[in-house]
Amino acid sequence: MSAIDDVFRELRAGGRKAFMPFVTAGDPDLEFTALVLVELARRGANLCELGIPYSDPIADGPVIQASYTRALARRVKLAQIFEMVGRERARLPIPIVTMVSYAIALRHGPADYVREAKAAGIAGMIVPDLPADESEQLAGICRGEDFSLVQLVAPTTPRERALRIARTSSGFLYYVSVTGITGERAALPQDLLDNVRWLREQTELPICVGFGISRPEHVRALAPVADGLIVGSAIVRRVAEAATRPRGQVLREVGDYVAELVGALG
Amino acid sequence: MSSTTSHSSATTDVPDAAGRFGAFGGRYVPETLMRALDELVVAYDEAKKDERFAAELDELLRNYVGRPSPLYYAKRLSEQCGGAEIYLKREDLNHTGAHKINNTLGQALLTLRMGKRRVIAETGAGQHGVATATACARFGLTCVVYMGEEDIRRQKLNVFNMRILGAEVRPVTSGSRTLRDAINEAMRDWMASVETTHYILGSVVGPHPFPLIVRDFQSVIGRETVLQCRRQLGRLPNLVVACVGGGSNSAGMFYPFIEHEKVELLGVEAGGRSSQPGDHASPLSFGAPGVLHGSFSYVMQDEDGQTSDVHSISAGLDYPGVGPEHSFWKDSGRVRYTFARDDEALSAFDALARSEGILPALESAHAVAKAIEAARGRPRDEAIVVCLSGRGDKDAYEVARLRGEAIA
Ligand SMILES: Cc1ncc(COP(=O)(O)O)c(C=O)c1O
Repeated sequence: MSAIDDVFRELRAGGRKAFMPFVTAGDPDLEFTALVLVELARRGANLCELGIPYSDPIADGPVIQASYTRALARRVKLAQIFEMVGRERARLPIPIVTMVSYAIALRHGPADYVREAKAAGIAGMIVPDLPADESEQLAGICRGEDFSLVQLVAPTTPRERALRIARTSSGFLYYVSVTGITGERAALPQDLLDNVRWLREQTELPICVGFGISRPEHVRALAPVADGLIVGSAIVRRVAEAATRPRGQVLREVGDYVAELVGALG
Repeated sequence: MSSTTSHSSATTDVPDAAGRFGAFGGRYVPETLMRALDELVVAYDEAKKDERFAAELDELLRNYVGRPSPLYYAKRLSEQCGGAEIYLKREDLNHTGAHKINNTLGQALLTLRMGKRRVIAETGAGQHGVATATACARFGLTCVVYMGEEDIRRQKLNVFNMRILGAEVRPVTSGSRTLRDAINEAMRDWMASVETTHYILGSVVGPHPFPLIVRDFQSVIGRETVLQCRRQLGRLPNLVVACVGGGSNSAGMFYPFIEHEKVELLGVEAGGRSSQPGDHASPLSFGAPGVLHGSFSYVMQDEDGQTSDVHSISAGLDYPGVGPEHSFWKDSGRVRYTFARDDEALSAFDALARSEGILPALESAHAVAKAIEAARGRPRDEAIVVCLSGRGDKDAYEVARLRGEAIA
């Protein structure tokens, strides 16, 4: 059981849904990332995904790619990211989940990665380039540490395979809403609600939907069928403005945007 | 590692069902792509069992590509070296001028079998892009090629040719603007288009089953060479040399020789300017096992797992990773890997031009450089085969620029 399980148990007891923003660690710098995390929690986020910058993110669209490139250009290191979370932990009432490429976790040593992340107060990890078939070893390590390993299901995943993936996921199950990379979309696929509803009936695990979500109407449509919603590029784009505009103002705008989406969750 | 005891572990019966060559390979890609990879495994398995598939590919290789490519005795070059005899496997004489067409025709036939009509590809030197555009023109498939901006600059001729062949060339401006970023961008396209599009990967890299499929389609190089050596030399060669970018011409050349344990195999990576990080593209010589582009293999990474920038004079070798089967061969000791520096490749480019009247691709010139070196140190009754993976026309502008000469 990680802090993620506790959050979903509480939300479910109250009949509520989770809002989960995504931010890139170190864009424009780690000090601002820390401020953003605290602000997101204050404005109603229930969990937060923290993107570990990676040089070759094939599942990411231009906005998140560019944020990773900027963070890496400033030489953000994994150890500094863990340090920052560890430092802010007392001010952060919500669980943090790292979104991290397997290239990074493997280079670091999967067991060390999990141990150090946990020591910093991080509750789990999403590894977008580690399909369930390849994740047995990491899943074993995570189980031993009560650290969540969140698996993903995509629109292209056959249903029988989706059930297998659901059985190996912990914390929650990440439903990728579109066939494609991350990035804001005007409209979400027609069959998305049906697919999430179907999966909802197959597993006890909370299901969170992400990729493409950016508007209050997306949130209103999905809230009835999902346990949580994930918003990435729309937030990363706003946070990135802190490189060129007054930081207090950017922080407030990010907060206002999150509060609007949280409001739409009902 | 003792090479005599470990040779036996370099089996040809790889990869396993999970795409593993020993510890290497696998599939490290987003879930979105997994179904397409599974479908590709099935389509390829069925194609392998279908005699008509083999016959159709065979006919194309013979009458469209011009196979078998000759095994040519480079007499003057050998005499100048004063040692072992050097033979060239002339992949440069293939239609489109390199080995890449062997793979793209095979994968284009697979595309048709899977009922897909759109193809995407990445390219470095532009040879794989041209070979893909050619196969797509031949079969009436829509073709989009991703190419780094830096490579578009150094391989102008191929860019123009791809467009004439009806392909759309999309410049890639992210990261190092070379082959690695072109693969990223092709993968991102595939994430969104996977239901209607086949990704024709150009080397033995990427997630399973690409390293298997590309090796198999390229193995025609080594199979022909084994036969030609028996016929022309009356025996197998002592040494076989090939350049290693992603590793497809070398894998195709080496694979049929793996079981012939007496034949030495030498892979030549791009040694660039120096052995300093960032100055070369030699992951097998200087890198460590890690994940890049969906596969676990030797790679140039920093201590955090970020892919390092690499350098080579040759766009086709300018890649921080390498196919997983090469990592397997390296660790088993069956293949030895070394590197040739930029200046060595340029000297070999000149040497082959002057001695034999053959302009090699800069990629292939890396293999020629190490073959010349080996020939000098070996007796006259030994034979060395070099995979001349491509011709050098595409490199004329870049070589001229490096020499400070202006052409067109
Ligand atoms: C002529 C030629 N040789 C070699 C290569 C390197 O690729 P590989 O190592 O996959 O054969 C290329 C790649 O563009 C090429 O064009």
